[in-house]
Amino acid sequence: MQKVLDNFFNIEVMAKYLPNILDGFVLTVYLAVSVVATGIVLGLALAILRAFQIKPVNFLIVIFVDLFRALPPLVIMMIFYFAFPYVGLTMSGFVAAWSCLALVLAAFAEEIYWAGILSVHKGQWEAARSTGLTHLETLIHVVLPQALRLAIAPLTNRAIAISKGTALASVVAVQEILAHAATAQAFSANTSPLTMGAIAYLILFAPLVTASRWVEARYAWKR
Amino acid sequence: MPGTRGAVTPGPPILDVRGLRKSFGPLEVLKGIDLLVDPQELVFVIGPSGSGKSTLLRCCNRLEEPSSGHVWVDGVDILARATDINAVRRTIGMVFQSFNLYPHMTALGNVTLALRKVAGFARPEAETRGHVALERVDLAEKAAAYPNELSGGQQQRVAIARALALEPKIMLFDEPTSALDPELVGSVLAVMRNMRASGMTMVVVSHEMRFAREAADRVIFMDHGEIVEEGPPERIFGAPEEGRTRAFLASVFDR
Ligand SMILES: Nc1ncnc2c1ncn2[C@@H]1O[C@H](COP(=O)(O)OP(=O)(O)OP(=O)(O)O)[C@@H](O)[C@H]1O
Ligand SMILES: [Mg+2]
Repeated sequence: MQKVLDNFFNIEVMAKYLPNILDGFVLTVYLAVSVVATGIVLGLALAILRAFQIKPVNFLIVIFVDLFRALPPLVIMMIFYFAFPYVGLTMSGFVAAWSCLALVLAAFAEEIYWAGILSVHKGQWEAARSTGLTHLETLIHVVLPQALRLAIAPLTNRAIAISKGTALASVVAVQEILAHAATAQAFSANTSPLTMGAIAYLILFAPLVTASRWVEARYAWKR
Repeated sequence: MPGTRGAVTPGPPILDVRGLRKSFGPLEVLKGIDLLVDPQELVFVIGPSGSGKSTLLRCCNRLEEPSSGHVWVDGVDILARATDINAVRRTIGMVFQSFNLYPHMTALGNVTLALRKVAGFARPEAETRGHVALERVDLAEKAAAYPNELSGGQQQRVAIARALALEPKIMLFDEPTSALDPELVGSVLAVMRNMRASGMTMVVVSHEMRFAREAADRVIFMDHGEIVEEGPPERIFGAPEEGRTRAFLASVFDR
């Protein structure tokens, strides 16, 4: 029992590395918020673009979406960070992590918005167009508000999943929670910093997961 | 007898359809329709399921793109390249079987959306006009209600107000009462009767034969994408000339 306490809940070690974990916490929040903001906006823009049904454009969107949904985010991140410099595109670890996760979220979000748009009855389009609204006006004022209602629960879940992916950024030298925890663990030869990391993630994500339950109930299928 | 006109008002027709054809792939749904609708006329369209009634209406505001032919609405060639179809659609009200109200907006929101976005009125002016339109369908007190708080009959009346608010030159109705419980049909027909009395030009696809007898200036019978017969309701219902018309009416009145 003492062994467990010494290794996982060593107060001395914890106190020593708390400031580092806090630094990591702040950076994780910053990265996650940037990723989610970029991803859901870009995803929406792509879904709106797709609703114009321009064949070559839609083809490119579908390729992008399928590619970024199929590849593991870690692979994309490492390509951005380690491979792109060979073709003259160098970026910081933060930019690599942010752009990778934002693009992956955008790909998933686009599909979620698109499913929402498709689920809106075509009579809604016809009614709006028959009063003279343009395609874009109909999309913005009539279709999207209904589509978003359906999209909000799956989007919340996807955003949480992607935010947890910020831990991958430790691989491309971003000093977020896990990177600090791993470094501290190596220096102190003690796993308590990992415990702290886990607790930090819980503090960050447990409320979000709970909130997503509420969102799911609030925006469940009902008209 | 294409082109027979009702004897209501002289002057140029509001709706002028000539040689209208529409195919869906290999299926020709409209086979050369000619139709003139005069100002203030109420034209009633009947015909078996699949005869092309809805497609005809939908070609008149280009919700469906005609394959060939011409459609003028109040003198505007709606198929011309130079025509701004969104501006023209404002002058052509359309009412659907399934109401198609916007579920996320109140009755007033439904009525004012196009007033603001298409007609370009600022919100206060749009809302004033919206209230007037809701009053015309006898729903002034439901302005703040959402569609799911309204009965089917009330929803359809809001849908009519949504079109009316834009002050259209003509209103197209596609089976406006077919989705309603029988006890709610009357309120919608009453609104349509009022519109007719106030001089609205209307084309109505419907199975409400009693309403047709009493309110229509002219009844058109369509079958297989053609106008088979047309004339005043007394003649079409009382003494139809074509066998197909007689067979259709017999099947309707048998039920
Ligand atoms: N978008 C479409 N694609 C293919 N076929 C269509 C389409 N719309 C209508 N049709 C076909 O065109 C024909 C005429 O349809 P339409 O809806 O105009 O008939 P209708 O007279 O309104 O019938 P109902 O009384 O059942 O409403 C039908 O055979 C229908 O299946
Ligand atoms: Mg129909």
